[in-house]
Amino acid sequence: MIEINNLHKSYKMGSNSLHVLKGLNFSIKEGELVAIMGSSGSGKSTLLNILGMLDEADSGEYTLDGVPIKNLNETKAAKYRNKFLGFIFQSFNLINYKSAMENVALPLYYQKVPRKQREEKAIKYLSQVGLKEWAHHLPNELSGGQKQRVAIARAMAAEPKVLLADEPTGALDSKTSYEVMDLIQNINDQGNTILVVTHEEDIAHMCKRIVHLKDGVIVEDKTVDQVRASQYV
Amino acid sequence: MFSRDIWKEIFETIQKNKLRTFLSGFTVALGILIFVVLFGFGNGLINTFNQFFSNDATNVFMVFRGRTTMPYKGYKANRSIEFDNSDLEDIEKNFPLFLEYISPRITRQDTVSYKNESNSYSTWAVGPAHQFSEMTIMMKGRYLNVNDINNKTKNAVIGRLVEEDLFGAKNSIGKYIDVGGSSFKVVGVFQDDGGDNEERNIFIPYTTRQLMEKNTDKIDAMVIGFKPSIGYAGAMAFEKSLDKFIREKKYINPQDRNGIFIRNVADQLKQNQQFARVLQIIVGFVAFGTIIAGIIGISNIMVFVVKERTKELGIRKALGATPKSVIGTILLESVFITTVSGFVGMLIGVGILSSMGERLEDFFITNPYIDMPMAVIATIILIVFGGIAGYVPAKRAANIKPIVALRDE
Repeated sequence: MIEINNLHKSYKMGSNSLHVLKGLNFSIKEGELVAIMGSSGSGKSTLLNILGMLDEADSGEYTLDGVPIKNLNETKAAKYRNKFLGFIFQSFNLINYKSAMENVALPLYYQKVPRKQREEKAIKYLSQVGLKEWAHHLPNELSGGQKQRVAIARAMAAEPKVLLADEPTGALDSKTSYEVMDLIQNINDQGNTILVVTHEEDIAHMCKRIVHLKDGVIVEDKTVDQVRASQYV
Repeated sequence: MFSRDIWKEIFETIQKNKLRTFLSGFTVALGILIFVVLFGFGNGLINTFNQFFSNDATNVFMVFRGRTTMPYKGYKANRSIEFDNSDLEDIEKNFPLFLEYISPRITRQDTVSYKNESNSYSTWAVGPAHQFSEMTIMMKGRYLNVNDINNKTKNAVIGRLVEEDLFGAKNSIGKYIDVGGSSFKVVGVFQDDGGDNEERNIFIPYTTRQLMEKNTDKIDAMVIGFKPSIGYAGAMAFEKSLDKFIREKKYINPQDRNGIFIRNVADQLKQNQQFARVLQIIVGFVAFGTIIAGIIGISNIMVFVVKERTKELGIRKALGATPKSVIGTILLESVFITTVSGFVGMLIGVGILSSMGERLEDFFITNPYIDMPMAVIATIILIVFGGIAGYVPAKRAANIKPIVALRDE
């Protein structure tokens, strides 16, 4: 599903250049649940941003679902993002004047799905994350965990190839974190490919594979026995 | 670009961001409102101005007598110049090409009474041609005619308000009034666009007045109408030769500025028109400034709106919004708000102007108005420039990388 070959990225900080990613190689197959771990500054967020086409690599190859991702202009990137990727952010990033349902329906709006179908689909995904009754509430009427579940429903709504989660539990307490992870595991069980960036050991172990980044290189890439989050809920 | 879906999205955004919508709409509406009202008031000023100066005929010279200040051809200085009936004939004889009509004018203040009603009015002793120079409009009866002049009749033409004062609602035609001790028969009632003052005048034959004043042939002033076909340059030439002619006849030093005075209404009119044009330019300048201020106001709001929405736009882009759709949404929304509020402001402004009507006449503003095309064009200019002003920040916002927009502050 995802193929990365010799990926480099550096940031210019005045006259200095900060080499963040120093030649990464790895691949993710369909249906995997991968955790990318590393301390802050290890380059894990940069990697996720490149995978999410929110940022561009300096050199190296990136293939997503057989499509080479390079030389993207903004319009093309937007289309690929819409088609291939679903985002889950640490700070949820819901549009605060739109109801839960409208937030979930938004990616479908950019896919030019007719309004009625959009709403039906949004309700469907909201009930999957257990928030059907909250469909018409605004984000500020929801708890943190609920907001993240709305965000997950939104990421799923476009039926993307890959879900990218950037510290999805970073702003949540541990009980809510486990609930969210339980949800992510369930989604993965249905066959979706998910990439989770985290620095929390226990969250990482709820995935099936852990890629360890340190100073811009992969220091460890191992398969783990998945800890089911449901036992903590 | 104009699918129903996009509009629904825009309406929802507008509905859910009421304060933002109100602020930008209010600025635009206020800008247009001020523009319309100012422009209308300017037009009202010009109206007042025109009313002041254009109720008399414009092809007229007034010749007044004065007192010399220079000696000339054996005559001492400080000599009072006098006109008499022969001057009328001489001018008529010498300027047939230019002259359309000529009438003397002797103005007196008289106590005029009818039965128990009595009041003081100005009586103007004139010839029949005077009707043209003052643009006197007859309401009933007739004006003075040649017969009145030749026979020195005691006929009078009174103003509308004179009739109202002395006769009330009754008809004055054929009744006899007392003018300065002599009995005059009312043969006509007139009205005049020049206002109340002009409608409190009484016209009598100048020959009758001369008879009352010990059968003199002196006259105060001469009103000379020239043919409109001679044009402005012809009028100037006529004025010059008329001045020369009278000075020669009355032995006035050509350099003496005080012997006689010729008031050229055409010349004055031209000056007045120039003044009105300057007024118009000032009004236009102020209006232009208002529009510029409005455009700057919209630009500021657009920058603020885009800034406020940066994060939202980042989210939208992460979810698959193309730069084009981001720009389109922002622009359509702002153009929609500007259009609606612009036209609302315009209509309120026009409403204010038309409800003012006569109420501001004390402040020299008569019938303030704005031409509809002018108001619409101003509104459209504001909308177009508002759109252009919105495009720049919208484009910048569309090109912000979503990652930058989404970064937590």
